[in-house]
Amino acid sequence: MKKDILKHKLVPDHTILSKTEANKVLKQLNIHQEQLPKIKSDDPVVKEIGAKPDDILKITRKSHTAGKFVTYRLVLD
Amino acid sequence: MKGILKKISQINFGLLSPEDIRKMSVTKIVTPDTYDEDGYPIEAGLMDPRLGVIDPGLRCRSCGSKGGDCQGHFGHINLARPVIHVGFADTIHKILRSTCAKCGRVLLTESEIIDYKEKLESKLQNQESITTIIKEIYTVARRDKCPHCDEEKEEIKIDKPISIVEGNYKLTSSEVRERLERIQEQDYLFVGVNPEVAKPEWMILTVLPVPPVTVRPSITLETGERSEDDLTHKLVDILRINQRLKENMEAGAPQLIVEDLWELLQYHVTTYFDNEASGVPPARHRSGRPLKTLAQRLKGKEGRFRSNLSGKRVNFSARTVISPDPNISINEVGVPKMIATEVTVPVYVTKWNIEQMKEHIQTGPKEHPGANYVIRPDQRKIRVYDETKEAIIEKLEPGYIVERHLKDGDIVLFNRQPSLHRMSMMAHEVKVLPHKTFRLNLCVCPPYNADFDGDEMNMHVFQTEESRAEAKSLMRVQEHILSPRFGGPIIGGIHDHISGAYLLTRLGSVFKEEEVLQMLKKSNIPFPKRQKGDSWTGKEIFSLLLPESLNMVYKAEICRKCDECLRQECKNDAYVVIENGQLKTGAIDERAYGAFSGKILDSIVKDYGTDKAREFLDSATKLAISCIMKRGFTTSTADEEIPREAKDRIEELLSKAESRVEQLIDAFHNDELESLPGRSLRETLEMKIMQVLGEARDKSGEIAESYFGMDNHAVIMALTGARGSMLNLTQIAACVGQQSVRGGRIERGYSNRTLPHFREGELGAKASGFVHSSYKRGLDPLEFFFHAMGGREGLVDTAIRTAQSGYMQRRLVNALQDLSVQPDGTVMDNRGIVIQTKYGEDGVDPAKSDYGKVADIDRLIDEMRIKSKAGK
Ligand SMILES: [Mg+2]
Ligand SMILES: [Zn+2]
Ligand SMILES: [Zn+2]
Ligand SMILES: [Zn+2]
Repeated sequence: MKKDILKHKLVPDHTILSKTEANKVLKQLNIHQEQLPKIKSDDPVVKEIGAKPDDILKITRKSHTAGKFVTYRLVLD
Repeated sequence: MKGILKKISQINFGLLSPEDIRKMSVTKIVTPDTYDEDGYPIEAGLMDPRLGVIDPGLRCRSCGSKGGDCQGHFGHINLARPVIHVGFADTIHKILRSTCAKCGRVLLTESEIIDYKEKLESKLQNQESITTIIKEIYTVARRDKCPHCDEEKEEIKIDKPISIVEGNYKLTSSEVRERLERIQEQDYLFVGVNPEVAKPEWMILTVLPVPPVTVRPSITLETGERSEDDLTHKLVDILRINQRLKENMEAGAPQLIVEDLWELLQYHVTTYFDNEASGVPPARHRSGRPLKTLAQRLKGKEGRFRSNLSGKRVNFSARTVISPDPNISINEVGVPKMIATEVTVPVYVTKWNIEQMKEHIQTGPKEHPGANYVIRPDQRKIRVYDETKEAIIEKLEPGYIVERHLKDGDIVLFNRQPSLHRMSMMAHEVKVLPHKTFRLNLCVCPPYNADFDGDEMNMHVFQTEESRAEAKSLMRVQEHILSPRFGGPIIGGIHDHISGAYLLTRLGSVFKEEEVLQMLKKSNIPFPKRQKGDSWTGKEIFSLLLPESLNMVYKAEICRKCDECLRQECKNDAYVVIENGQLKTGAIDERAYGAFSGKILDSIVKDYGTDKAREFLDSATKLAISCIMKRGFTTSTADEEIPREAKDRIEELLSKAESRVEQLIDAFHNDELESLPGRSLRETLEMKIMQVLGEARDKSGEIAESYFGMDNHAVIMALTGARGSMLNLTQIAACVGQQSVRGGRIERGYSNRTLPHFREGELGAKASGFVHSSYKRGLDPLEFFFHAMGGREGLVDTAIRTAQSGYMQRRLVNALQDLSVQPDGTVMDNRGIVIQTKYGEDGVDPAKSDYGKVADIDRLIDEMRIKSKAGK
């Protein structure tokens, strides 16, 4: 039986950013995409949501300090 | 300074070839003698003048510079026979094991060679480490037969440290060298040798470089006798044996003698490199002390790396014992006059301060606010002597620098090791004081974790205006009252500051005006404009310290957590209400201005700034001290005395508990005990016994506590949070309780019993470490023994914990030290890689937070309520 890992409570919400959204985020943070934290393309979540290398993922997770926290990761080979 | 400045763009590590060694050498060293009868260095000896000069009066024969400017020049010794370099013995062994003795090829098949070549080249291209691949090759290439010439391969072993053994035959260094020479350059990479910088045979020495004399200076003792450096001694040994070996070989001596001398030469060269190599007896000095050779100079805590490169001794610093001074501000540090006249501050002479500087020089180097050195505009440093000071003053003009003594108001860095957090190094203002210890205000003991049982601290004097400015705004003590660790004060009242404030402000504490004026004068609090009547309550006095607009409510440390809080009517006076800067109800204790939990202090720093907070802390502690001195405060075991009747009650309680334990044990033996879910019968029994005995101790404590009142000084200290706890007191007065080892009752020792005084398998309270006596009554021998067992475990645990957390801290600091918060709130490392898009995910500076949270809404509402009520 295969479980849907995206529904597991320890897996935060990952979404693929469109090119324009991605550029907006990079501009807002004033960085090049290589400066973002990375995630491997063979990461189970990346495979599940079908992200490709060079995509930027928006990760929304629970936070002890802020309640909800949004961060971004660049998909690597 | 002489020479050319160059920038290092790259460092390449490789091996020196025999040619390189000869090329960099200025002379061949032949004779083991160093000096002739007249004390002159012998040519071609170890002190050959061409190796460089140390004496500043002489000129170097090799480079022509004066002593001090010449960094020295290498020489060389031609070894009569090759020897193995200890540092490479392991590598030599691995290479020989992976190569063919006959054809010299690496023991990999053609396909493996192509495969590994590709892997290695791609790694090298990406500047990645190849060690894992080389390691893999070393294991793959352990073959019985050469894939290239079909030669059978005999097993090659290493006999630590330096003997290479093939089968049963020990290879000589010459044979090892021959085999290494046989390896072809195309195979170098597979055995981990970079052909650009090394050849495998260079790991066998045929020529030995002789370091310049500047590396191994000789010392002249007071007696005029010369004492040579350990390295020189070792080189003498090498030369002596080398000469004998050469002579014997030339004379055609028997093979056995030559081999013995060869072996000896190998030993001397080995210990010359590393005198602590395992399996080699260390070479010793005549006195029996082991020699300090090359490896020993670098290795370990006292080695070049850890003691001279990672950490260095610094100038303008001082270290001495610390002692307390309640009269100086938290921002200050008392510096002994002796230190103040030794460490100096450089001051640029200008037309505005020239008169003052002249005065300093006039005072001279020995009297206090004097000066030690003057630096002329041409950078020449001139020492100030009483004899020369007049002449120096004469010449002093703007552009000079005067190194004047440390004086009151200078900013210095003060530090206590271990420097675990940023509050371990803070900037203090100097106050020059008599005697020989550093003095510090008691409120700064918690951040430094200092006490006065012999602790020493370090002081560093800033040497530039920029560093002083930076320290003053960032590192001053008052800027660190709030800790970034938990968002509350880490600097604050301790011990008697707390008990004193409680005595001052508790219910019924009233003072005559005369007393009040005395206390206020002592604490530097300005007399209130409006004179009060004859009697003051302590709360009124304390209110003089509070800002007029301060409003707050909180529960004091002395709160006994009554079932229903009576708030303002609390009989313990534990409900603190401050209305417009007036302390209405509640006593001042640890929760008010103590380190770690002071609410009022916390409020003042956050709402009124650090200057106000420092003033408050300085005055409040002085006020508390003057009050406690007025009242008198002491403690002794008399404070833990309880009446006969209480002792009887405790005795009865404990014997009841012990018989309850016996009942449980009987029930266990008779199989009448019901096991708790998930526990065995034995575990259930153990838990129940622990519970019964724990309750008994707690109850005995409660009985003792019921006889303790707030007129008892030990109790005041425990309840206000000044020092000690109620548990400490009841252990002294009533019952010490169960001793534990590894979290359970004591059961180890003899077989099936703790001590021979008990029957085997005995499970009773007494037999497993329940201490029924109180500390005051004294422990019986068995109890004492169990108590020592528990105590020992505590000591061992703390020792292990500090070691573990110290290493943990080191690793964390190394990983995090280069991270920084950018102006936009993102956290980046030094390469600009984003670590967090917002610091701490919420962007809050914990030092400025309300105990870690952005704001404590409940507290704010309470304050507003008080404020509006007070306004009406
Ligand atoms: Mg100490
Ligand atoms: Zn020279
Ligand atoms: Zn071969
Ligand atoms: Zn209460």
